[in-house]
Amino acid sequence: MSDPILRIKDLKVNYGGIEAVKGISLDVPKGEIVTLIGANGAGKSSTLRAISGLVKPTSGTIEFEGEDITAKNPTDIVTKGITLVPEGRKIFPDLTVKENLRVGAYLRKDDITDDINWVYDLFPRLKERSWQAGGTLSGGEQQMLAVGRALMSRPKVIMMDEPSLGLAPLVVRGIFDIIKEINKQGMTILLIEQNANMALKTAHLGYVMETGRITLSGPGKELLTNESVKAAYLGT
Amino acid sequence: MRFPRGADPFGQRIYSLCSKSFRKEELCKMSDFISANLPYLLAGISTGGQYALIAIGYTMVYGILRLINFAHGDVFMVAGLVMVYVSAAFGPYVAIPVVIISTMVLGFAIERVAYKPLRSAPRMSVMISAIGVSYLLQNCALYFTGGLPQVYPAIPFLAKSVTIFGATTKLVTLITPVLTIVLVVVLMLLINHTKMGMAMRAVSKDFETSQLMGIKINSVISTTFVIGCFLAAIGSLLYFSNYTSVIPTSGGMPGLKAFVAAVFGGIGSIPGAVIGAFIIGICENLMKGLGLTAFSDAFTFVLLIVILVVKPTGIFGEKATDKV
Repeated sequence: MSDPILRIKDLKVNYGGIEAVKGISLDVPKGEIVTLIGANGAGKSSTLRAISGLVKPTSGTIEFEGEDITAKNPTDIVTKGITLVPEGRKIFPDLTVKENLRVGAYLRKDDITDDINWVYDLFPRLKERSWQAGGTLSGGEQQMLAVGRALMSRPKVIMMDEPSLGLAPLVVRGIFDIIKEINKQGMTILLIEQNANMALKTAHLGYVMETGRITLSGPGKELLTNESVKAAYLGT
Repeated sequence: MRFPRGADPFGQRIYSLCSKSFRKEELCKMSDFISANLPYLLAGISTGGQYALIAIGYTMVYGILRLINFAHGDVFMVAGLVMVYVSAAFGPYVAIPVVIISTMVLGFAIERVAYKPLRSAPRMSVMISAIGVSYLLQNCALYFTGGLPQVYPAIPFLAKSVTIFGATTKLVTLITPVLTIVLVVVLMLLINHTKMGMAMRAVSKDFETSQLMGIKINSVISTTFVIGCFLAAIGSLLYFSNYTSVIPTSGGMPGLKAFVAAVFGGIGSIPGAVIGAFIIGICENLMKGLGLTAFSDAFTFVLLIVILVVKPTGIFGEKATDKV
């Protein structure tokens, strides 16, 4: 395994006065898809929010490419090359599809035309709806837009918080195909999912999180066959 | 001109209703009515423009922070006082840029000192802070002026009198609506076609996601305040040119009316605030023309109550969508 691009050590995060993340450590190797699965309230989202700088961790460190980025502000984190696709997509409903993509590239000063075309190639549906307000898109299209918007900052690591949430199974499959496609193009992905089956099938590496702690880790395929994971998350 | 019977029964009926002499008389009355009321109409359009420039400040700040910035009317008053003092020392033409810049700095400072530390506090706390700033500005003004009305300097260029359709008025009356519309168009272009404008629209919808895009929300919010205060400074120059003096509570009434205009148009919407302001300005002045001066202020607030009861979101208000 190559040196991890993102390394988290003993991270603790408080959320609403409760310790949501109780000291987790995880490595995200460069160029891989890593998934963090777990039930609702296990602390997955808090972990991502801490990495992206939206909340300050109470203790622990986050290292990106060997540099300590703990408790930096969100703008710096995006500049470094980590973006978060937030839970519930959170696209800007009044901005057009194209503007949503341009907001994604907010910090970039160079020409972004090529990147917009690249996103349109990945998601031809977005190109058709380029001038439509983001709020008029369907759930699946909004998720595509949220991913496309995150790609516009040319990140090195893209973190996704429950991309399959509230989407039809067929659409979910489409989203996961896209995740694999982006990964093939060299992007490192940290994926949070409740849909453990899909996530573990897609990921190279998986972590299982329970009430703020990591209880299991290993290659995605191995976790799929692990008895306790099966019982708790796969329902088989 | 006659219509063949049966070809246009409706037109014919109207034609036969108005005999020639009757129409002439009516037309005369009409033109009398217009020339008697034109000054009021012009004044109304002008007042409307001044309210609009203040109302935009309310509506933009509300759009981005969901805060009714009660201090905005007082910022407007301070701009008036700065004009009084600087103009006395250096003359009106030097004072104009000083007023504009210092008002923008004041807006920036108020946001940094009184609102930014409360970013994650409940909205009520920020509102109370705004009320505090409002009183602070009024009391500072009271201290500096000693409570005496300060004579507002005449800006010679704006005070020139012009005659339009037989009505004589100050040039400021004609300049106000034109300048207002130009500024609003520039502002709309800025909001809809620049990167900063896009960031403003993004931040007004969702702080957190905007941060995830790398937008520095504090600088976007500061920019919003600075723009609002810039327009209030221009509004103040135009507004006080019509009045003789500035007192510490001078910002109260125009501020309140601009606020009503913003609510009327749908708070958060810039075109709404502008249209609301013009409607209020015109109605108010026409009421003065009809001899109902005593009720012209009351009218504005009755209008506020009616809107809040009938259409709380205003003319262009955003629909409340709870879809997640």
